[in-house]
Amino acid sequence: MTQVASNTGQPFSPDPYVGSTPRAGLGRPAESSPPTRPAVNVGTTERQLSMAGGAALALIGLRMRSLTGLVAFGAGASLIARGYTGHCGVYKALGKSTAVPAEPNAYHKSGIHVSVAYTIAKPRAELFAFWRNFANLPKFMDHVQSVRVTDDKRSHWVVKAPAGRTVEWDAEIINEVPDELIAWRSLGGADVDNAGSVRFVDAPGDRGTEVRVVLDYIPPAGRLGKYVAMLFGEAPEIQIKEDLRRFKRLMETGYPPITDGQPHGQR
Amino acid sequence: MKAVTWHGRHDVRVENVPDPKILQPRDAIVKITSTCICGSDLHLYDGFIPAMRSGDILGHEFMGEVVELGSEVRNLQVGDRVIVPFTICCGSCFFCKRDLWSCCDNTNPKAALAEQAFGQTTAGLFGYSHLTGGYAGGQAQYVRVPYADVGPMKVPDGLSDDKVIFLTDIFPTGYMAAENCNIQPDDTVAIWGAGPVGQFAIKSALMLGAAQVVAIDMVPDRLRMAAEAGAVTIDANDEYVYDKLMDLTAGRGPDSCIDCVGLEASGHTIDAYLDKVKTVMLMATDRAHALRQAINCCRKAGTVSIPGVYGGLVDKMPMGAAMEKGLTFKMGQTHVKKYLPNLMQRIIRGEIDPSFVITHRYKLEDAPMAYDQFVNKRDGCIKVVMNPN
Ligand SMILES: NC(=O)c1ccc[n+]([C@@H]2O[C@H](COP(=O)([O-])OP(=O)(O)OC[C@H]3O[C@@H](n4cnc5c(N)ncnc54)[C@H](O)[C@@H]3O)[C@@H](O)[C@H]2O)c1
Ligand SMILES: [Zn+2]
Ligand SMILES: [Zn+2]
Repeated sequence: MTQVASNTGQPFSPDPYVGSTPRAGLGRPAESSPPTRPAVNVGTTERQLSMAGGAALALIGLRMRSLTGLVAFGAGASLIARGYTGHCGVYKALGKSTAVPAEPNAYHKSGIHVSVAYTIAKPRAELFAFWRNFANLPKFMDHVQSVRVTDDKRSHWVVKAPAGRTVEWDAEIINEVPDELIAWRSLGGADVDNAGSVRFVDAPGDRGTEVRVVLDYIPPAGRLGKYVAMLFGEAPEIQIKEDLRRFKRLMETGYPPITDGQPHGQR
Repeated sequence: MKAVTWHGRHDVRVENVPDPKILQPRDAIVKITSTCICGSDLHLYDGFIPAMRSGDILGHEFMGEVVELGSEVRNLQVGDRVIVPFTICCGSCFFCKRDLWSCCDNTNPKAALAEQAFGQTTAGLFGYSHLTGGYAGGQAQYVRVPYADVGPMKVPDGLSDDKVIFLTDIFPTGYMAAENCNIQPDDTVAIWGAGPVGQFAIKSALMLGAAQVVAIDMVPDRLRMAAEAGAVTIDANDEYVYDKLMDLTAGRGPDSCIDCVGLEASGHTIDAYLDKVKTVMLMATDRAHALRQAINCCRKAGTVSIPGVYGGLVDKMPMGAAMEKGLTFKMGQTHVKKYLPNLMQRIIRGEIDPSFVITHRYKLEDAPMAYDQFVNKRDGCIKVVMNPN
């Protein structure tokens, strides 16, 4: 558990793709490796409540027949889905489970674990090359302010935190298979221990490449930790998914679609 | 510039707004010479489509002259006359590469919203709610066209606006609806709705070789236009649609049925009244009377093709009938760009003059009156074209 307490001088690496680094002692739930069927992490009573609440929300969504209405419908629908599958992405991301007693484990209490996949209609090598130059990451990672590449393996990250703050760390690439995999982790002394990997796998047929990103953040205890949790909000998966969507659109079209700056009448 | 803006149910206005600007290197600015009101705009006008914001500029059927180009649009030049498909497409995603343009992955800036409503995002559309991107539309003097290196098509010299303007939407829409029926030479095709989309579906079904086309509506002027095109007509106010269709096909049912009505169908049967009550009480979003009837009438193993727009949830779908009869459903926003070369050629060869559908012409300033006339189908109004400049 010492690794989890951070700032031990030890590199942190819970990532499933880092290869050589021993991961014992992190107490990672089995479901955190590449997702197969979602594991049940929502207790039975809560499942029933979710379904009832979901149905009610969905109905309210319909009655409002508006933007908020439709979104309420969507949220309702995902609550219903959660009731059916007994799986909640948000709980998983926050390491929370009401189905089994919570483990007394710092990682489970506050760690953020996200795994998102996206298909991009470009060859593996092209996507790999763009990502491998970490200085490109802020072009599509919304919360990353800058990444300065310091040598072949190392980089310095500055990440936006709420209230105009930033958090920073040095990272090193710990595993790399050309055109297939990049894994990195923060070095000892980071504001936020973290590790990540991206895998590039040929998609079926001529669909391009499946890009799978796994990220782990262990916010430190105290105020800064709270900032980091706020940074990712309630649904870190959604933020990372939006990052990946930006990556896809950048690679496929060169320019993301925008409407800011177009004319409109009186609002 | 002047633009037609949406402010709520039955409230459109003509406002002075800033001119559009190039925002991306793949943008173009088009000065609009012709712009139309579509049946789809009526769903916005009647408040059936969510995610509209007060002040949104309407309009998705427009053409005009290129007046400004972003640095990466190399296939167009300032001064070119272009038609602009209503679906905005990137040209390089999985779907664009397969001619499935309205499913483009990359052009909806509000993708997360669309994903929540529909599971996946579809293409951005001009002037059609924030679910499809919130792009400013073309009922205006100028419009910004994103990804202008992909969508717009140059108009060959000598073709008037009237002949080509409907290539932006309703001609390809009627054509795709007919093509989706996989029409065989001896087929009967029944078409619900004889509005502009229905009219082009009728012409297209005949072009694709249907032996008999039946048009169903309750507006006499529209049925008259359908009859002129060569369709057998059924006035749904006077006749039992099912009985008449069975009579016309000696009990088999039409081989294909096309719903050119969409989510605001009217009718006098129990299901239609229930729909009306429910949508007024806000318990359902769409009124699907025509679609239900199409499913019921369609012959076994036939095709139901649905160009009519649905925005949300439909109650009481006869899935039993559809399943037991082994029907095929085909639908979607039109993949406009796929059809442009073929349909442009048909116009050049004189096989069709799409301007037959125009009944009224107005200045842009008259838009509020034109919407009111079109939605109420007054004075034989079938298609309105406006000239904003
Ligand atoms: N799929 C696409 O890409 C696409 C493109 C353009 C339009 N559309 C949709 O196509 C539909 C038709 O468009 P339009 O411009 O012709 O609209 P419109 O409103 O002018 O025409 C609809 C017609 O349906 C008739 N109708 C209503 N209830 C009926 C019923 N129960 N049985 C038979 N007829 C009935 C009306 O009298 C009217 O003539 C709309 O839903 C529109 O949104 C879809
Ligand atoms: Zn239209
Ligand atoms: Zn595309």
